[in-house]
Amino acid sequence: MELSLATRAVGEHTVLEVGGEVDVYTAPRLRERLLELIDGGARHVVVDLGRVDFLDSTGLGVLVGALKRLRAAGGSFALVCDKEPLLKIFRITALDQVFPLHPTVDAAIAADSTGAGA
Amino acid sequence: MATVRLSFSPAPVHVRTARLVGVAVARRAGVREDLLDEVRLAIGEACTRAVALHRQYGLHDPVLMEMSDSGQYAVRVVDRAPIEAGIGLAALPPDELANESLTDEALTTGVGFALLAGFVEDLQVRPVDEGVGTEVRMVWPVRR
Repeated sequence: MELSLATRAVGEHTVLEVGGEVDVYTAPRLRERLLELIDGGARHVVVDLGRVDFLDSTGLGVLVGALKRLRAAGGSFALVCDKEPLLKIFRITALDQVFPLHPTVDAAIAADSTGAGA
Repeated sequence: MATVRLSFSPAPVHVRTARLVGVAVARRAGVREDLLDEVRLAIGEACTRAVALHRQYGLHDPVLMEMSDSGQYAVRVVDRAPIEAGIGLAALPPDELANESLTDEALTTGVGFALLAGFVEDLQVRPVDEGVGTEVRMVWPVRR
């Protein structure tokens, strides 16, 4: 399945809904969109991986890049994921210790302690 | 014993094709359904790594993937990059993953290797027998 990207605003947060396959071919489009959002002033970004059915190291690299940029800019970055196969990928790479991971968008926003939380 | 060989130009767009073929042959060989997600991910990582190395060294040679089901499902992914580039793979500890000084390439390589090592119990990364290059060999059990 092709990559799909949709953005919506929830209060101070920008939610990017990602669907399909995030791999070495499609990850550059995800990187581009995240950069557009951050360059456009988004400081509190939640990436919803709910409809992602494949995620590889290239996609994970793009997500870490966005996390670093937002932290450097005083913002926040969180992921929404409740699918066991994807969660296993985060555990195996130890990236579950790097990203705030939440089961729902609401939980991700509520847990944001940077001042933009609900 | 059945062997399927796939040879593809080192372009990211073909990695998805390699994953699809690899999983189709795994299913046919009798790899358990609940392992197929891991097969798909591991083949993707091995091919992504090979494509990245070919691009890094400006190599136009195809990447070779060979699948065989002689008693087990064995997949070899062969690149033609200089050895020193291919063997020195290491998983990164968590405190280094978000380190500012780590380049995106180094991060992706480290994470890719962590996924390969984490999802493939029987994994070998070694120089090819003839010529220049590295072979990533992954083996999964099959039902008989």
